[in-house]
Amino acid sequence: MRLLGIAGSLRKESWNLKLLLAAAELVPEDVEFEVWDGLKAVPPYDEDDDGLPAPPPVAKLRAAIARADAVLVATPEYNSSFPGQLKNALDWASRPFATNPLRFKPVAVVGASTGAFGAVWAQAELRKVLSAIGARVIEGDVALRHAPERFDEHARLVDEDVREQLEEVVSELVEAAMPRVAVAA
Amino acid sequence: MNTILESRTTLTPGTWSVDATHSQIAFAVDYMGGTFRGTFSPFAATLTVAEDGTASLVGSAPVSGVRVQDENLTAHLQSPDFFDAEQAPEISFRSTAIERSNDEVTVDGDLTIRGTSLPVVLTGTVGEPAEDPYGGTRFSLRLDGTIDRTAFGLDWNNPLPNGEPALANDVTLTAELYLVRN
Repeated sequence: MRLLGIAGSLRKESWNLKLLLAAAELVPEDVEFEVWDGLKAVPPYDEDDDGLPAPPPVAKLRAAIARADAVLVATPEYNSSFPGQLKNALDWASRPFATNPLRFKPVAVVGASTGAFGAVWAQAELRKVLSAIGARVIEGDVALRHAPERFDEHARLVDEDVREQLEEVVSELVEAAMPRVAVAA
Repeated sequence: MNTILESRTTLTPGTWSVDATHSQIAFAVDYMGGTFRGTFSPFAATLTVAEDGTASLVGSAPVSGVRVQDENLTAHLQSPDFFDAEQAPEISFRSTAIERSNDEVTVDGDLTIRGTSLPVVLTGTVGEPAEDPYGGTRFSLRLDGTIDRTAFGLDWNNPLPNGEPALANDVTLTAELYLVRN
């Protein structure tokens, strides 16, 4: 089984990337965890460019989603929602709609913020968009608040409560992907 | 002259299969002030009527056969927001009781959508069997019912600008069946 992690923030020291990397430590031994690092390269969605071949960064995104059995998205919160660049990438990934690689794909959403709310509104909006795309959005969530206090100087998650929540979400995601892996095999 | 009509309380015995070309399973649900309609094609249905008039009706349709007038909406209906074709690929119906009173018929049964089985009551009309040009015997059966889609886990909605939900919960189902004796 393979999980794909997507961080909605672009900066190198992103708290959400750190949250994804913490999740990667929590997957079962036989599960691969790939962190997708191509978000910044995805061009603005333009229907005139939405043909075959797809722009290479888009083709890579679609292929990464297609070969993953489940996806974990970690999002920050910008203006009470999730970042435009992440929405843009999902818009590309959702086309053509009827055969898009997120269709029926188990997806979990988590989020980290430096404030007191842990990107909860961003997560809610992201779940809505993923559902509209046709993904199987699982219910578990993690809202990591006051992010700088939750990681040590080596970017390791040091909050045990958050780690437990994250482990539970990862476990639910793996469980949701099991039937698909069985069918593929 | 008085004509005494025989009261009909049972269907005609036999095993009857649906003539798919001339039959339809349709649904309608209020959406944004209008009505959103669709059909299921293909589907299968069999009516079995014993000599004593005891009858049963069973039917099924693959979710992959849901038809609406936009392929993106078809894809959305098949997604986990609605029918979840991957985990619940079939819709099915099995009657528990069928009653007839002349040309009116009431069918009680269990409808299974998205893995949830709930009792439904369908009412409608039945025609008299007639010989068709192909050497067979057929009759018509029309059934209507209303279900609450959210009871089956199809609970997607989106608010309109006035805050009201865009999609109604009640869905009307209509089965227009032409049944041919096997």
